[in-house]
Amino acid sequence: MSIVNITIIDREGEKHKVEAPTDMNMNLMEVCKSYELPVEGTCGGMALCSTCHVYVRSEHGLSEMSEDEEDMLDQAFFVDDDLSRLGCQIPITDDLEGLIVELAPTAE
Amino acid sequence: MMIETDILIIGAGPCGLFAVFEAGLLKLRCHLIDSLPQPGGQLTEIYPKKPIYDIPGYPTVLAGELVEKLMEQIEPFKPGFTLGERAETIEKMEDGRFKLTSNKGTVHVAPVIASAGGLGCFEPRKPPIGNIGEFEDKGVEYIIKDPEFYRDKNVVIAGGGDSALDWTIFLADVASEVTLVHRRSSFRGALDSVEKVMELNEAGKIRLITEAQVVGLEGNGKLESVVIKHKKVGEMKKGTQHFVPLFGLAPKLGPIAEWGLNITKNAIEVDTLDYSTNVPGIYAIGDINTYPGKLKLILCGFHEGTLMVQSAFKHIYPDKKLSFKYTTVQGVNGFE
Ligand SMILES: Cc1cc2nc3c(=O)[nH]c(=O)nc-3n(C[C@H](O)[C@H](O)[C@H](O)COP(=O)(O)OP(=O)(O)OC[C@H]3O[C@@H](n4cnc5c(N)ncnc54)[C@H](O)[C@@H]3O)c2cc1C
Repeated sequence: MSIVNITIIDREGEKHKVEAPTDMNMNLMEVCKSYELPVEGTCGGMALCSTCHVYVRSEHGLSEMSEDEEDMLDQAFFVDDDLSRLGCQIPITDDLEGLIVELAPTAE
Repeated sequence: MMIETDILIIGAGPCGLFAVFEAGLLKLRCHLIDSLPQPGGQLTEIYPKKPIYDIPGYPTVLAGELVEKLMEQIEPFKPGFTLGERAETIEKMEDGRFKLTSNKGTVHVAPVIASAGGLGCFEPRKPPIGNIGEFEDKGVEYIIKDPEFYRDKNVVIAGGGDSALDWTIFLADVASEVTLVHRRSSFRGALDSVEKVMELNEAGKIRLITEAQVVGLEGNGKLESVVIKHKKVGEMKKGTQHFVPLFGLAPKLGPIAEWGLNITKNAIEVDTLDYSTNVPGIYAIGDINTYPGKLKLILCGFHEGTLMVQSAFKHIYPDKKLSFKYTTVQGVNGFE
């Protein structure tokens, strides 16, 4: 089994260093949930809600955004055009080693 | 108006709908209340066009289709619906029944309440503008109920989805001035609506401001202007009587948390014997409940509703015997 190390900064600014398996078909939203970080993931990972909105804080060349993801970010708040992604659209792969993401705020 | 029934179901998602069928087999009548204007819960609101693959007997079924089939299946049992209203308060009456009042004042009375509230009430998503609460119904509306309300008024709409586009087009002929503010330069939503908005903009019938967001609201008691922040140009102020942010709906637990039920992690604790809560006569089925091993699946909610109505029957008729019959034996005998 292969593992990557990811740092997730929660909404209070606390850093969580987590290990994520690359061979379990997981995405970043699921990793957050498995570590009980406050991410809803309402739609289960179909880019149909925006509850897994994160800011990518490290220089990792991530996959291009799909149209669905762009569309969903249109309904999100606190969007940063350069940093915002939906965690569920980031599959856990070997090149994510050292990734740093921050959970975006939720609207009330 | 007062509505009386046997089981009052909060939430017309798939689990609430199917419970009507199982209750009907026991000759119990049901009434459903939902904050959405249509039945189906998450299936209709979030993924009507997505295929579901784990409904027994259906190798694949579109979520919207499953809701239609459920509506057809429960039709013989003539359920009542209070749609577009939120269940707000529950009181115990002297005769032991419950009185549930909606946010619009509709009163429902029943000996049994079943919460099938899913992830909570679907409500409009409010943009995080500090003082937006101050202007709600004083110039800020999250839903357009009656377009005539905007006749000859000045309106700023925000959002990039279908409803923002459609209302911009519609209000172009009604309001005196319509401005659409959108965060990106491209739009999602149906292509012909996007084209229509572009045309209206070129013809000067509306004003389109892209790569911009509404970041502030100003006014004295009622809305007078919005502050629009453009990515390159910076902030500008725009006088307006109405601001209508259209960013879709999201579920919120809402009043369910205030009914004295035991709640953990936004879900109602139940006994898996019959899906009863800590309040006798109140049950919880589907995504809203929790118990060891809980899975949020439609299939599981159907099972929960089936066992729940057996217990509800005993709660309503403690002295009556209940005999269990297959539908193949007794058929489906609907209500008049
Ligand atoms: C994108 C997506 C894909 C999914 N795929 C599958 C799948 O393949 N298979 C599967 O089994 N499940 C799937 N699910 C999960 C499934 O949709 C849920 O388990 C199911 O919708 C739960 O049904 P429910 O009736 O309990 O609640 P919901 O469908 O959530 O309906 C609850 C209703 O209650 C209303 N409500 C809540 N509180 C109040 C109140 N106080 N007053 C009035 N109304 C209220 C809400 O407005 C809502 O309409 C999926 C979910 C999503 C989002």
